[in-house]
Amino acid sequence: MNISAVSLELASLSLGLLTIILGLIFPSFRSKNTGGYLAIMGLISMLIGSLYLPASNTQTFINTFYVQDSLALFFKQLFIVVAIFVNAMSLRYLKPYTKNRGDYFALTFFALTGMMIMASAAEFITLYIGLELMTFTFVLLTTYKKQDLKSGEAGLKYLLLSAISSGVLLYGLSLIYGLTGKLDFSAISTVFSIGSVSPLLVWAIIMVLSGLGFKIALVPFHMWTPDVYEGAPTPITAFLAVGSKAAGFVAFIRVFFHVFAPFTSIFMPLLITLTVLTLLIGNLIALAQTHLKRFLAYSSIAHVGYILLGVIAYSKLGLSAILFYLMLYLFANIGAFAGVTALVINTGHDRISDLAGLWKCSPFLSVIFLISLLSLAGIPPTAGFIGKFYLFTEAIHQGYLWLAALALGLSLVAVYYYLMVIRTLLSGTSEETQPFIIPFSLRLVMIVSAAMTIGIGIWPGPFTDLALNIAQSFY
Amino acid sequence: MIILFYLFSAILLAFALGTVISTNLIHSALLMMGSFFAVAGLYLLLQADYLAMVQILVYVGAIAILLVFGVMLTRKGSIEESNLPNRYKTIGLVTALGLFGLLARSITYTRFPSPPLESPPQNIIAIAQAFLLQYIVAFEALGILLLIAILGAILIGKEPK
Repeated sequence: MNISAVSLELASLSLGLLTIILGLIFPSFRSKNTGGYLAIMGLISMLIGSLYLPASNTQTFINTFYVQDSLALFFKQLFIVVAIFVNAMSLRYLKPYTKNRGDYFALTFFALTGMMIMASAAEFITLYIGLELMTFTFVLLTTYKKQDLKSGEAGLKYLLLSAISSGVLLYGLSLIYGLTGKLDFSAISTVFSIGSVSPLLVWAIIMVLSGLGFKIALVPFHMWTPDVYEGAPTPITAFLAVGSKAAGFVAFIRVFFHVFAPFTSIFMPLLITLTVLTLLIGNLIALAQTHLKRFLAYSSIAHVGYILLGVIAYSKLGLSAILFYLMLYLFANIGAFAGVTALVINTGHDRISDLAGLWKCSPFLSVIFLISLLSLAGIPPTAGFIGKFYLFTEAIHQGYLWLAALALGLSLVAVYYYLMVIRTLLSGTSEETQPFIIPFSLRLVMIVSAAMTIGIGIWPGPFTDLALNIAQSFY
Repeated sequence: MIILFYLFSAILLAFALGTVISTNLIHSALLMMGSFFAVAGLYLLLQADYLAMVQILVYVGAIAILLVFGVMLTRKGSIEESNLPNRYKTIGLVTALGLFGLLARSITYTRFPSPPLESPPQNIIAIAQAFLLQYIVAFEALGILLLIAILGAILIGKEPK
């Protein structure tokens, strides 16, 4: 037994339970932000501690069902960073909701634990339980604004649709178990590598693809995304858009790069079709959005399409491009959602038209929006450019020139709609006259994410090396 | 054995179909209970006696009863027409039958590895060992999941003051 393989999960779990217990003992702890400060401090120490965990060799907990390799550790650190940002964004945002604030911070820890379990699971039951732990917690966090009907609607939609997608995923997993008699990834891939293809296996692959596709918002399993993103509290939307999606991707990587590796000829045509659909629908529907959070939801769907180019490339460099892109996607999205949070705090709205004249009210906020949206659009010198560059070149390198060309064309469409938002922000007159109040915690989140977005763009070396090392050890 | 398998399967299918078709939500819930019993019977045939017991205890004893109570406490209007099919009845039927046909064809076409790959854990001790050794992470995570479910029920259900 190797406790260090689960040390981060245990830390996250204990902090979550501690937050609940403290809230039960001290009522003021629940109604004030103390829990949030505790959460942020705990998460930062977890992040520092995780740097000392051995990353070079794969560690297993009890057996090979639960592994901590460099891929898992990378994703866990990514989740912790997201959780720090989300908690920091929530501090001021939660002010109208004085009750149960402590529970909110506790729930973010449980969502984090679920994601971490997904990152480390090398066996289907553990993976599924981690996925459900994450989903359940996100349903609760989504419905956190109980007075707001949209929040309740979003929670209900998320619950029902994820129940259906879980059903499909479980059916697929049961078929895999029926065909192989195994549940852990390495045993299944051993059976698969000598076995033949049966029609039922195709079904299993389709079902697993749709179950995991739901979590990463792959078209046509994306229908929940805009509604849930719109209804959820804005920091939770950021958590969903970055954390939940990255957790879906780590499961996706493990299952499709490892378990289904002998069957690339079966799932690849399917995956390519869905990627094309995702790119088309994500980018084209984003054009028509008037609501900032729905707009970012469709933009995040489009980004799934770009990231999937790395899966389609199906190579070491493709995997490293995915990991690199997830890093910069994190900072760009956190920047954008922190901007939306600031907008909601000050104006109470989050329509794109509310951005008009922002340049005069708050130049700082405008610059943050500018940097984040330019990075999402993939314009140099921001990190988005380099990330897209790596993904597209690797796709071309593996012979998918047409797909890369399509993605490039659609990302030009994306540039157009991001620039439309930026134009609204820079021109126009605002009804607001007084300057925006941006709390210190939010300001810090914005500065760090913007600095990282520019920093990765100018000096990508260390980050690409990190991604490449992880991809190398995974292969 | 084979006769019993077909018997339980037929009961299961009949009850499941009744659950969907019935327009009375309470009847649907009761029919669903019947299908849970049939599933327990199938588990018994597979020599998973513990699973069969838990199936009856948890699904029939707790979940179905909870469902009936939920219907009784929240339902407004006539119970006779509480579970009406929506306007996608035909499309739904065609899709379900098509999917069933494709899956059934695939299942009959596929050669499953035989004999059974792993003998199922025949007693509670084997299950307990699997839970607390091999699947310890999943088991503990399930505990947390239940805690969150309780916490969430309180958070959502409590009236704001």
